[in-house]
Parts: sequence; C-alpha cells; structure tokens
Amino acid sequence: MAAKGKNVSLRNQIAMQKRLIVPHALLQIMLQRLCHQLIETHGDFSNTVLIGLQPRGKFLAQRLQKQLLEITGKNIPLGFLDTTFYRDDFRRRESPLAANATSINFIIENQKVVLIDDVLFTGRSVRAALDAMIAFGRPAGVELLILIDRLYQRDLPIEANYVGQQVNSLASQKVLVEWQNENTAEDNIWLISKTDEV
Amino acid sequence: MSQLSVRHLLGIKDITEADMQLIFETADHFKEVLNRPIKKVPSLRDITIANVFFEDSTRTRLSFELAEKRLSADVINFSASGSSVKKGETLLDTVNNILAMKVDMIVMRHSSVGAPHFLSRHIKANIVNAGDGTHEHPTQALLDSFSIREKLGEVAGKKIAIIGDILHSRVALSNIFALQKLGAEVMVCGPSTLIPRYIGELGVRVEHNVRKALEWCDVANVLRIQLERQQGKLFPSLREYTQYFGIDKKMLDSLNKEIVLMHPGPINRGVELSSDAADSAHSIILDQVENGVAVRMAVLYLLASSRE
Repeated sequence: MAAKGKNVSLRNQIAMQKRLIVPHALLQIMLQRLCHQLIETHGDFSNTVLIGLQPRGKFLAQRLQKQLLEITGKNIPLGFLDTTFYRDDFRRRESPLAANATSINFIIENQKVVLIDDVLFTGRSVRAALDAMIAFGRPAGVELLILIDRLYQRDLPIEANYVGQQVNSLASQKVLVEWQNENTAEDNIWLISKTDEV
Repeated sequence: MSQLSVRHLLGIKDITEADMQLIFETADHFKEVLNRPIKKVPSLRDITIANVFFEDSTRTRLSFELAEKRLSADVINFSASGSSVKKGETLLDTVNNILAMKVDMIVMRHSSVGAPHFLSRHIKANIVNAGDGTHEHPTQALLDSFSIREKLGEVAGKKIAIIGDILHSRVALSNIFALQKLGAEVMVCGPSTLIPRYIGELGVRVEHNVRKALEWCDVANVLRIQLERQQGKLFPSLREYTQYFGIDKKMLDSLNKEIVLMHPGPINRGVELSSDAADSAHSIILDQVENGVAVRMAVLYLLASSRE
C-alpha cells in the first residue's frame, strides 16, 4: 500500500508541472528538419499539396509552407480541413465540438497529400481526416506530418511519416503547442495537466 | 458555445439569439460542404429521422429530406394521405408507432397549432416543427434570416417588411420572432383584413400601403396569398389584391435603391409578385432554397448532438 501511495504522489508531482518540452530554439531546428525531410521525399513539390487539420494543425501547416517557400522558392498549395462532421465521438462527448472552417481551393485527385497536425494522440482525428479528405478527390498518396507524437497512446493503427519529437506522457496530460503571435513572444511546446489533478 | 439551449425546435419563440447564431455558424460550414464534389458527411449515420407530414409540402419536405441524407441519417417518410390517420388513429398513437421502430428524430408538419408542442410533452425523440397550422415555421424563419445575413452582412439594424397574408402565415410569425431577436426592425404590410388585429403588440410596424413599405425597408419578404386557407371573403378578388399589393419590377426599379426581395415559395406568379420581379436581380428567392438545406442540416446536427 505504501508503494502505491508513493506512486500516486509522484504522479501528482509530475502532473502539477507545466513542463517545457520543446523550447523555441529547438523548435526552429525541428521545423527546418521537417522541411528538409519533405523536400527529400517530394523534390520540387510539383504534385504535392499540404493540408493542415483544424483547429491547431493550421498554424503548423502555415509555418511549414512559409519556410518551404523560403527554402525552395515554391508556393505549395495549402488547405485547411475540419473533421468535426466526420468524428466518431459525435453524441458520445460531454459537450459537442464546434466546427471550424474548411478551405481547400484545389482538387486533390492524383495529388500527393501531406496531412499536417500538431499532436498525434489517439489517432482518431487523423482517421476522421482521412475520411473527410476523400470528399475532395482520390489522392495519389497520403502522408502524415506531426510535430509531437505521444507514444503508447494510440487507439488506432495510425503512425506519422514525419515526426518532430516523440514524447512519453500520461493519457490525462495535454500537449500544448504555442505559436509566436501578438500575445506570445516565442514558439514553445508544453506538457501540462488538467487542473483537477493538481 | 457549441450546444443549443433546447432539445426540440418547436418555434423561434423558444430559442435564444445565441442559438440562432450557433445555427448560422454551423450552417456556414454545411454550406461549404454542399459545394464540395462529394456533398455528404457521415455525422448522423446512426440516427433515424421520420418526416411526418400531416399537411402537403414540396419544398420543405424535399429540403429536410436532402438535409437528412447529406448528413447520412436514415430517413423514413410519412404522409397523412393514404395512412391509418384516415382510419381514425390519434396523433400520439401514430407517432408512438413510428417511434417503436427506433426513430430518433421527428420532423413534423401539422395543420393544428401546437401539435409539435403537444408531442414534445409525450415522447423522447427530438422534434423539429416543419410548420404547425398558422403558428410557427421555425426553419423557414432561420433560413430567411440566414439569407439576409449572407446578402447584407448582418441582420441587426436592418429594416424588413413582411408583405402579404400575415393572418394565415406561420412564416410571418416565425420571421417576426427571429428578426426581432436578431435586432432587426420589422414591418408588416397587407390589407387590413389579412393583418391580425393585435399584431402591433409584438412591436412591429403596420402599414397598408405597399409602396410606402417598400420605400421604408431594406428587405421585402413577400408572402404567398394562401388560397387554401381563405375562409370567407377577406379581399374582393385576386385581381384587386394584385392591383393594390402586387409587386412588379417597375415598382422595384422606381424606388432607386438597393432592395432585397424574398419569398418563401411557392410563388403565385402574377398575384403577389410579377414574374419579372421574382426573376430580377433584386430577388434572392433561389438562394433561400439553397440555404434551406444548409440551415436544416445545422438544425438537425445540433439537435442530434444534444439528445442526452
């Protein structure tokens, strides 16, 4: 019993921390690496489109597209896909999810699609995205790019082709990717826990 | 907020402005879905919806059915003609028999005022009122406001004239509630026999001169003369109605201003609206029909998600 009690207190200690897992400088290197990995596979991007998953994959997708433009001089088509209407937890959640805008101004028929999201957790969002994407045509191939891969948390057999960093985490914890904007000075990735555990 | 405050859509009177804004925002997303190569989402694939129509309908019923199919729901249709209602079955028995077949939602049109309200007190399924007598037609009002919002940017502060048979119109009443909740100014216009006596108490202006109404408003929502609901002589003849209250393109052009023309359909061409007005650049009548599917998808989706 004593050992169990110790585990619980250790767990609480971890949960109470808002831990910085990827600081600004490292995140910039990570984004550069992901761009170069994409260039390695896709060459001149003549047949490739980028799709950011709403709501949070949008920011990463925009950043990658900008950096790829700087490196290759190519303006790669970028769209945003909302998966709310395709989710498998409709009517099973405590409160329904609000939908976000989908804006894909191109047909993905015979294109190589890179789906982009910030965090890969259970894999259910990605499954919904694969389903949602088909409404825009039959792609030649689909790849998945993820900034943070939360290990051992998958509900479905889904893995990413490009990974920023793998992270060990508890199911109750949350990964927060913060992007530089008017309120935030730096790009940072945090591992945080829900307040009710503290 | 991502949830409606109600479990049923019985009337606009029962919902809040926030509910309407949520429906509009969700409908925006569904409108985008309807412009995709594949116009269908799987959201309601485990839901069965019964369209129960005790009164005739073309547009509303098709629009609901399409909305349900675009959401991947299973759909059954029921119309009173040719059913056991003719054999004397009560409304509650009919609906309970339908529900026994594991139906999750009921879309109902009925000629009696309050029929969906009565039903909502006795059954568990979500109910959408598709028109109850001369009372309310909430989805029509929602799609009208959605169309005004789409055309003019917002509804708040706009002047809307509802012109025609206000007395027999459920569209008019639902529109008055919706537009007022969204912050618009509302006027009703028609012959005094077709305007309910105490309608001014709802806070609407009353006008009997169609030209003055058109000069005042940003949007004219012209209603159908409901020939099937006329009991007694409320106006001498259709010809006389057209002469005093009919709208044609010449009249619209002579106003020298931007005006949006709406009609919930079906149009009596040459009675309340001339053909050249209905087909003019002022008219957003077909946009209303297109928006109807997106708005009904939003209503069904949001009600289904608030089932428990």
